[in-house]
Amino acid sequence: MLLDFEKPIAELEEKLSSMKQLADENKVDVTEAVKSLEEKINSLKKETFNNLTRWQRVQLSRHADRPYTLDYIYAITNDFIELHGDRQVKDDKAMVGGFATIGKQTFMLIGQQKGRNTKQRQMRNFGMANPEGYRKALRLMKLAEKFDKPIVTFIDTPGAYPGLEAEERGQAEAIARNLKEMFTLKVPVICIVIGEGASGGALGIAIGDRVLMLENTWYSVISPENCSTILWRNWDHKEAAAEALKLTARDMLNFKLIDGIVKEPLGGAHMDPQAMYGIMKREIQKQYKELIKLTAEERISQRIEKFSAMGELK
Amino acid sequence: MAWFKRKEKGVKTPTEAKKESPDGLWYKSPKTGKIFHTRELKNNSYVCVDDGYHVRVGSQEYFEILFDNIEFEELDAHLESDDPLNFSDTKPYQKRIEASQQKTGLKDAVRAATGKINGLPVVVACMDFSFIGGSMGSVVGEKIARAIDYSLENKVPFLMISKSGGARMMEAGFSLMQMAKTSAKLALLSEAKIPYVSLMTDPTTGGVTASYAMLGDFNIAEPGALIGFAGPRIIRETIGKDLPKGFQSAEFLLEHGFLDFIVDRRDLKNRLTTLFKMLQNK
Repeated sequence: MLLDFEKPIAELEEKLSSMKQLADENKVDVTEAVKSLEEKINSLKKETFNNLTRWQRVQLSRHADRPYTLDYIYAITNDFIELHGDRQVKDDKAMVGGFATIGKQTFMLIGQQKGRNTKQRQMRNFGMANPEGYRKALRLMKLAEKFDKPIVTFIDTPGAYPGLEAEERGQAEAIARNLKEMFTLKVPVICIVIGEGASGGALGIAIGDRVLMLENTWYSVISPENCSTILWRNWDHKEAAAEALKLTARDMLNFKLIDGIVKEPLGGAHMDPQAMYGIMKREIQKQYKELIKLTAEERISQRIEKFSAMGELK
Repeated sequence: MAWFKRKEKGVKTPTEAKKESPDGLWYKSPKTGKIFHTRELKNNSYVCVDDGYHVRVGSQEYFEILFDNIEFEELDAHLESDDPLNFSDTKPYQKRIEASQQKTGLKDAVRAATGKINGLPVVVACMDFSFIGGSMGSVVGEKIARAIDYSLENKVPFLMISKSGGARMMEAGFSLMQMAKTSAKLALLSEAKIPYVSLMTDPTTGGVTASYAMLGDFNIAEPGALIGFAGPRIIRETIGKDLPKGFQSAEFLLEHGFLDFIVDRRDLKNRLTTLFKMLQNK
């Protein structure tokens, strides 16, 4: 699956590989031509990806080949023990979590999970958690706190599920409880937006000592499509809505609503997942190292102060 | 034989000379269609006398209902919204705020005040739905946060009266983080063991429900109030079915275990007094 602005690059890359193949078959020296084409591809990539519009970043954040929560967990750890269920209703497949070690340190890793194909997407409910997902996440966070293990959350959701049962079981209460409880967790909490960060459904696992966003992700109070629907009564103005919402990592950092941006490989996380996993692992370890220098009380009060300062008044 | 006889046929008074009954003197209950005089309504805490319908009212009315002798001191009344995103849709956000301020005479969608309820000091923050749908932006979040700070400093109970469509889209990320900010303050209030009562009124939805409205030590609501996370229209579109009758009503939430009790507005002041007194009792 290619996005519109990825197509010109893909075409050149295809040309390059057929040129190489042709040269191989006919034993012709094309070093010069290959070199110039490679340079051309590289500069086109840089030009494209350094000048993305906000809407293009939203598209990248939803790219079908983008790494999801479990991809990161399996890539950066090799002893993940997934833990299931909220102990009340059921196991929410849109929210995953469990213990694993990174380096020598045990972490509690939690995140929304999307599916790769139709069947998986249905199973994962498109990454839209129900109340039991948020309650499962909180249960696991409390477990981590009990055993004094740091927490990392991966945020990737188009929103909390707006369904009938979700309302019956208290979607709002589940999210609200997480917000309040996460502020007083004694262990370090690192939150990373790896794809979509839509509204309360994202925030429900995103109260942390460090809140980071990958370069090509978005985080806001509403998706551009829904914003467009409300303001213009249809989806056609999603690009304009994305611009108006200022929802990219760069915007959110400028507004001091997040703590940092994690660079992605050129072309986005899906272009070089291996490199992305390496960056992710180093980032988590770096942040953790800084956070354990503080006492639990210091972390909690800084966490509360940080979020308390957010807002713009006249 | 008739006592009086009309000398001329038809009504001759010109329209301008007719005596109008002033606007807003009568209120028609949407529940039964009965007509009430507004004075009667006001004397009845804005609840329709016969059918118990709770009319949507704002902060001024709640303050009048709750505070002894209508004496209260407003907190941070001067705070006004900025436009950090330079947001513009069909109308620039700044213009929308100014228009709303002129129409309602309010600064933003929440007012906070401190005063006494049957002699007990309390802090009350109350939302105004008439101001951009009671939406929560930076000002709403900040005023509630400061009201909680006041509660913490003075060790007085906090009452939050919610009435909101949710987060304010025109402040995007800033609005979202007000959910976090208010929850942070409530965590502190909770640790200080100061009572927090959350009263949900019609309607309370979206990010407001998913943060401070649901975090009360006591979650209570007015009869018939719509309370939910997602709005009914969105849910209907998602599941492709009609919603059951009474879905997301206060009674529905009580039945599903998310409210402590439902309170008639006419009993609100006394119920709160009883509750706060019980908690103070040593």
